Amino acid sequence: MTEIQIPSSIRNLEQVQSVRTPIRMEYTFTPGVAAQTYLREFGNKKILGNVSPVDGAILVPPRGADPRYGVLCDEFVEMPHTGHVGSFCVTNVPIPGRELELPYISAWIFLDGADIGFLNLVAECPPEECRIGMRVEAVWKPDDEIGMTAENILYWRPTGEPDLPFDEAGVRGWHVRKHGDSDA
Amino acid sequence: MYESMVTAMRKVAVVAASSRQEEKMLDTEVEMMIPLISKVREETGLNQTEIGFTCSGSSDFLAGQAFSFVMTLDAVGPVPPISESHVEMDGAWALYETWVKFQMGAIDTALVYSYGKPSPGSLQDVLSTQLDPYYIAPLWPDAHSIAALQARHLLEQDEISHEDLANCAVRAGTVQSQEEYFDQPMLADPLRQADCPTYADGGVAMILAAEGKAEELCERPAWITGIDHRIDSHHFGVRDLSAIPSAKKAASKAGVYDAGIDLAELHTSYTVHDILLRKELNLPLDPTRSSKNHPIKAETLMASGLLRIAEAARAIWEQEANRVLAHATSGPLMQQNLMCVLSGEKG
Amino acid sequence: MAAGGELAAVIGVGMTKFSATRGDVSMPGLVREAAERALKDAGMVWGDIDAVVMGKAPDFFEGVMMPEIFLGEALGAVGKPMLRVHTAGSVGGSTALVAASLVHSGVHDRVLTVAWEKQSESNAMWALSLKQPFQVSINAGAGGYFSPIIRQYMEATQAPELIGCMVAFKDRQHALLNPYAHLHQPDLTFDQVVESPMLWEPIRYSETCPSSDGAAAMVIVNETEAEKSDNPAWIHAGAMRSEANNFPGRDEVNPQASRECAADLWNQAGISNPREEIDAVEMYVPFSWYEPMWLESLGFCERGDGWKLVESGATHINGGDLPVNCSGGVLSSNPIGASGMIRFAEAALQVRGMAGEHQVEGARKAMGHAYGGGAQYFAMWVVGKDKPTT
Repeated sequence: MTEIQIPSSIRNLEQVQSVRTPIRMEYTFTPGVAAQTYLREFGNKKILGNVSPVDGAILVPPRGADPRYGVLCDEFVEMPHTGHVGSFCVTNVPIPGRELELPYISAWIFLDGADIGFLNLVAECPPEECRIGMRVEAVWKPDDEIGMTAENILYWRPTGEPDLPFDEAGVRGWHVRKHGDSDA
Repeated sequence: MYESMVTAMRKVAVVAASSRQEEKMLDTEVEMMIPLISKVREETGLNQTEIGFTCSGSSDFLAGQAFSFVMTLDAVGPVPPISESHVEMDGAWALYETWVKFQMGAIDTALVYSYGKPSPGSLQDVLSTQLDPYYIAPLWPDAHSIAALQARHLLEQDEISHEDLANCAVRAGTVQSQEEYFDQPMLADPLRQADCPTYADGGVAMILAAEGKAEELCERPAWITGIDHRIDSHHFGVRDLSAIPSAKKAASKAGVYDAGIDLAELHTSYTVHDILLRKELNLPLDPTRSSKNHPIKAETLMASGLLRIAEAARAIWEQEANRVLAHATSGPLMQQNLMCVLSGEKG
Repeated sequence: MAAGGELAAVIGVGMTKFSATRGDVSMPGLVREAAERALKDAGMVWGDIDAVVMGKAPDFFEGVMMPEIFLGEALGAVGKPMLRVHTAGSVGGSTALVAASLVHSGVHDRVLTVAWEKQSESNAMWALSLKQPFQVSINAGAGGYFSPIIRQYMEATQAPELIGCMVAFKDRQHALLNPYAHLHQPDLTFDQVVESPMLWEPIRYSETCPSSDGAAAMVIVNETEAEKSDNPAWIHAGAMRSEANNFPGRDEVNPQASRECAADLWNQAGISNPREEIDAVEMYVPFSWYEPMWLESLGFCERGDGWKLVESGATHINGGDLPVNCSGGVLSSNPIGASGMIRFAEAALQVRGMAGEHQVEGARKAMGHAYGGGAQYFAMWVVGKDKPTT
């Protein structure tokens, strides 16, 4: 390694190991065209999905695009408030900036009729009882707390209906529906 | 001084480009890029599976999100999977990485894109975080002030004059006349608003093709006859603020001086940079042809460099010019520079 | 077979000591430490280098936007071309491939490539979990993202529950053979791995990668330069693939991009049976279960059999016929942006016979592998002791 020559006058000083230089930057984001429509209706307790112009696949939440084809999606469809758990994680690690009792269950929720899942919270369910394929329904915030935010649904809870089989749950369900083929 | 090394290289051309710039865009990056990418694919009749390589440039700090480019990849439609890469740099360097890929012989066509949305954040603060984090960034100098530092240096050395700045502003179109220029108050003394960039959200998408394919896809391909990029020291105290050695070296390597230039599309978002770079490259301060879309009027960080290449290609497609220099820069005070020479002749 | 264009080889490898906080060096000091070691190994000085290619993961990890801009000088890049790659977690691998492409293309003869991360400069967890506007904030870091995918693998294959712990224990044992590794836990027992707390069930604490500071560097040169070296690692193949993050029908457990990247790689390298022909694998395994998952995806075994390979001990340096992550892997050192390049560099060390105590005896062909994003970005290479035949 390179030899560093330090003047004798400062040779015996304690080495600086770190300096603190706090950075603060503010961003004002725009949600985008599709998310705006979605958030507006979400504030009315409606869940919208995007319909793919190519094959009619339903994408929730809408991002205005079908990532398979790189095409814009401007058609929306209203979704039911029920679905199932595609897969899940029992988390014992806090999320920075969010108060959640540990452990909590984060799950890929596939709404009935949707072709992709989204990550959300599952509660009213002991972690050891959560299952892939478990049927769930939305638990909304009280009406006076609902607004144009992504966080109107408090969590999803089990409905008690029979589970979907593993091969039809999550992304595997898409293959079953499209091809009758369970080998994702 | 430096030999140009591009003669033995495989011929690659820009065959299609599409861009959009607006002061503040409500679309997400994905919504912004889809129409641009779709357009260049339609123009060339290529679908994504026929494109050999895809490369993009963008910045997480600009987007205010880690891994921001991951979401934007959706705009390409990467299903089935694609051979793809990303630089945390202006898209001009994504084009360079792609050009290198062509030289390996592995591909015949490529998609290059880049984008930037400065509008959500405070760009002056964002750019300060690009500076040396130990000695400079903690002082939060903003981009205009740093450019003013250089302008002051050049004025006091008599290397430029206030009239030069005014003329450049008129040529760039930020003011109509010298009089209007001198009526403006100082923004970052000695620079006025007309010397400094107006930022814009935007993006650009481009298709490149190799010899043999390019002629099929485009009536008059814009051939890359030379491309090179270099970086200078970061530290203002070390650099000679009157010179841009990296720009000169990249220009030599890219063959800029091998023949005359009809049009120079320079990524200079301050008048002072425009003048200094022109001097360094021996380009006239009063060129007969000027950029139709000078970056001072619409600076889209991370895309402006690639936009210059798109503008240069457009000038060739429309037969307005035959040999065009496109330039991209990055870092404070044009620290890093890329030179790309485009020609209507394959060479 | 070869990666395309001119032949290229690795003749210099340098790594820093990896640790949670490299408080003894600045960012320039960190990258320089790796780069100087790579140059020394290559028998070169800064002036011999034509171009520098840098890679790292999100700039939020250090709070410096495009840090290559200020690090150019520390890497002797002034007056030279300098590129900065960012392809999420796969970036270390992609960066090596971009550097190699500068040589394969004939554009340059001698290229220095460096990948690094100094996660201690900021809070990595924070950088990865920055509140996303208009989305529900539910994802506590990478573990929270990958755990549901691992759960699907476990359920689909009915693999024994402790396979992940076997991988973690093996990699920590391997790490003891690597002086640069972050985690050196000589007293760790298998039972301690099993009993460590669940962080993101089914992922235990001990099945998780650490957060490290560190850098890796390589000198990649053309055929003429490589001929001067006693032990070049010839690049036989290199491939990259990307796919979208979330789309209908996406196989998250065994992504199509991974399978196609591997198929392209083996084809370039002229390898028909990777299990037989590859002597050492450096695979990107940030969570233990990804070892059996990638073994399947990369074609080292049939789908559903990855865990059987692990269980049989095939991937252990002692007695295994397909040693995986002899360096200790990502599970023992994880400076995110460098982690991919460490895999690529360790593969090169193996075929050069320079891996020291974690050397696989007689290794002639090795694979380096990296992935990133939501398991959607892939970069891979094959390096060999012998020059590729065309």
